[in-house]
Formats: sequence, structure tokens, C-alpha cells
Amino acid sequence: MRVVVPTQLRGYTAGRAEVDAEGATLAEVLADLDRQFPGFRFRVIDEQDRVRRHIILFVGSERQDDLGAAIRPGADLQIVGALSGGS
Amino acid sequence: MPVQLYIATRKGFWIATSDDRSAWSLQGPTFLGQQCHHIVLDPRDRRTLLCASRQWHLGPTVFRSSDGGATWKEAATPPQFVKGEPRGRAVDHVFWLTPGHASEPGTWYAGTSPKGLFRSDDGGVTWAPVAGFNDHPEQHRWVGSDKDETPDGGKLHSILVDPRDPAHLYLSMSGGGTFESLDRGADWRPLNLGVAADFFPPTEDGSEREYGHDPHCVVQHPTAPDRLWQQNHCGIYRIDRPDPRWVRIGKAMPGEVGDIGFPIVLHPRDPDTAWVFPMDGSGDWPRTSPGGRPAVFATRDGGASWQRREHGLPRDQAWWTVKRQAMCADGRDPIGLYFGTTSGELWATTDEADSFRCLFRHLPHIFSVTSGEPA
Repeated sequence: MRVVVPTQLRGYTAGRAEVDAEGATLAEVLADLDRQFPGFRFRVIDEQDRVRRHIILFVGSERQDDLGAAIRPGADLQIVGALSGGS
Repeated sequence: MPVQLYIATRKGFWIATSDDRSAWSLQGPTFLGQQCHHIVLDPRDRRTLLCASRQWHLGPTVFRSSDGGATWKEAATPPQFVKGEPRGRAVDHVFWLTPGHASEPGTWYAGTSPKGLFRSDDGGVTWAPVAGFNDHPEQHRWVGSDKDETPDGGKLHSILVDPRDPAHLYLSMSGGGTFESLDRGADWRPLNLGVAADFFPPTEDGSEREYGHDPHCVVQHPTAPDRLWQQNHCGIYRIDRPDPRWVRIGKAMPGEVGDIGFPIVLHPRDPDTAWVFPMDGSGDWPRTSPGGRPAVFATRDGGASWQRREHGLPRDQAWWTVKRQAMCADGRDPIGLYFGTTSGELWATTDEADSFRCLFRHLPHIFSVTSGEPA
């Protein structure tokens, strides 16, 4: 699937704003992202598998906090740095 | 060999360098936009730097430089609690870094918010929880609730390693108090007798509380390690082990200034000399310089008396705060003292606080200032 990477995480993707990742669930996609870009997942998901407070995950156009959620074929994952995190 | 100052701020970090402590150059910013809480040069190799950092949106991490700050690499496993642990804790930010004992060259300790203790034995590449503290059966009582925390989350700080014994550790928490381990962190006991906690009511039986205090900064003298000093939410204290009781030496501070503050810094060669930077802890607790007149206070007699040192500092209308990690000493003779302000100024004295000058202005809110002499 296509993953849209926010500016805050592009240090992990060599500056790329979009990358590809594989997986049937959000958890699998994040695991694949971490394999490709070591350290990526922990900056987005905490050690208790919660989406971090100032990160929003959109699968397609819907917010998704459930890492076990199945990925609809053809959907994109967009990772967003929430407005609440700016300071 | 130059002196360097590692200046961690709310928006990145800078390194100031000087050969003579007169002319200073400033490198940075590095990690611009990230909250950098603490940067420490490893005194064992004088080359490795660790930086506790968090980008505002992203999770906490530790960066490591093995070339004195020229390049940085993120820890492969940053400090994190055990997945699935019953209390559901997750590290919000890494607040404190302490190099381990001289005989353990790869060891570092980290203190986090929420309050957790972590250790690395490979120079900061991978970190593991210190279960003896984080999972101690009393730990949930020691750390209290979110009402026992500083506004941006509770802090575990002032991790001290006895220079005579790598298994003898101290740590402190805001709030929670000071704790001691004799077995490299496997077990811990409170060390707070004599320390006021006047934000709590008296106990019903009149006994002293064992924990729940609010040490802001605790330091151990490098050549007299039985002597610890503490700047607390409720005063300035000293303890000489094995005495189990702290003594409130801040009572000798001028009454109009009081003995509230964040940092306390020791003279590395003279166990009777210390410096503090008082703040206003009255009324609404503005946590600014009392009266808008910043000053360092020095003791040369173990806290029996204190002298105001302010030559060169603004005379009025300077409403700074100097945070607990933001004042340090170098090892030169005479000692240089440095402090960074919440208003982004870096001040220095190279005559042991007889006079001060501002080295840099217009930096972001300064969280910490540490010093080192890189190889």
C-alpha cells in the first residue's frame, strides 16, 4: 500500500514523502515500515501498542487507532502529525 | 583542551566551545524543533555524547554521537517499559542521562517521564528497564499519581553512581523523593528523613513520611561521595552518609530570598562549596528570580552560611527561571559556572561567581547545560 509520511518522519525515509509497505493489517504494515526504516514504528506507536498522542493514522479517509484493523485493498495509509503536537 | 557546554533547549541543542573561557564559539542548532532534555559527554572516553530528545509529535528517543557531536545516530532500542506490563506505562520523554561507573565503560542510566529507570550496557545503543526499580512492589506508591508530578509529567532524575562502588546508586523523583540502591538497582529504599514535604498534611501519628517528597536536584560530591546535597521544592539540604537524615542547610539563606530553587552545583574539589540559584516559591509560585533580581548564592562552609553573588547580572526586571539541569561547573581552576535561562540566555562566571557575563542570548528556552572537556 502507499504510505504518506509526514515531514517529522522523513528522516527515516531518506526524505521520501511516500513509501510502499505491505500488510493485511495496520500492525503488519507498521512492522514492514519498521523493517524498511528501523526505528520508524516506535516514534509512531508506543510500547503498549497505542498510537502516540500527537499522531493520527488515516486508512483511506478514516482515522484508525486499532492496529488489528484489516486494511481495505487499495487504501492508502496517511500518517499525520496532529495539530495538538505543535508548539 | 577546550571547554564545551552542551546546551539543550526546547527547540534543539547547541554546543559552545572555548579554549580560554573568554572567547566562545557556538555550534548549532542540532535537532532544531526537537525538545532536547539532556546532553552529556561521557567522561570515560570524552568523545561519546548522548542526547535525550523528543520530537513534539513523535516518541521519545536517545541519540548517540561517537565523534564529539559531528554526527548522530538514534538508539536501536530507546528506553521503553515492558510491552504489556500491567500498569500500561509508556515513556513520554527521556529526561535524564547519567554515565555509569568508570569501571563499566559502556554503562549509562536514563530517567524518564513517567518515572522510570533504564540502563544501557552498550554505550546507549540499546536500553532495558531496571526492573528492580520500575517493578518494585512499592514503586507505584513511591511515584504517586499524576497529581504528584511536574506539569509536563513526573520526572526521574539525579541518577547518581557512587564513584567507589558501581552497585551503589541513588535516584530522585519529582515527586516521590530520593531512593538508594546497594545492589546495582535490584532493590531500593527511600532516603528522605529530615526533608520537608509541606504540601502534605502531617501524618496522624506524627511520624515522618518516608517518600512523596519533591527533590528538584540531588548531587553527590565526586571526591567526598558520602556527602550529598539537595535542592528541594521545600528547601536546600545536605546529608553525610551513613547518617540517614538530611539537614536543612537552606535555613541560613536570607529570609527575603528563601531556599526554594531548581539547580544545585558543587565545587568538584571542595566538598564544602556549593552554588544554588533561588527562585520565588511564594504566593502563586511564579518560579522566577525573587523580585526579578537574579542571583547565585554560594556557600563555602557546607551550607552554614550563604553569600549573594550577582555582579554582572541584571539588577532588576529579569524574571528568569534556571531549571534543575541548567546550571553546571567545569573542572578548571578557578571553577567556571554556567547557567541557562528559560528566556534563552547563557551566563558564565570564570571566577567562582565573583562576576558574571552573558555569553549568548536569543536561544530557545534552555532545559539543561552540562560541561565537558572533549578529547
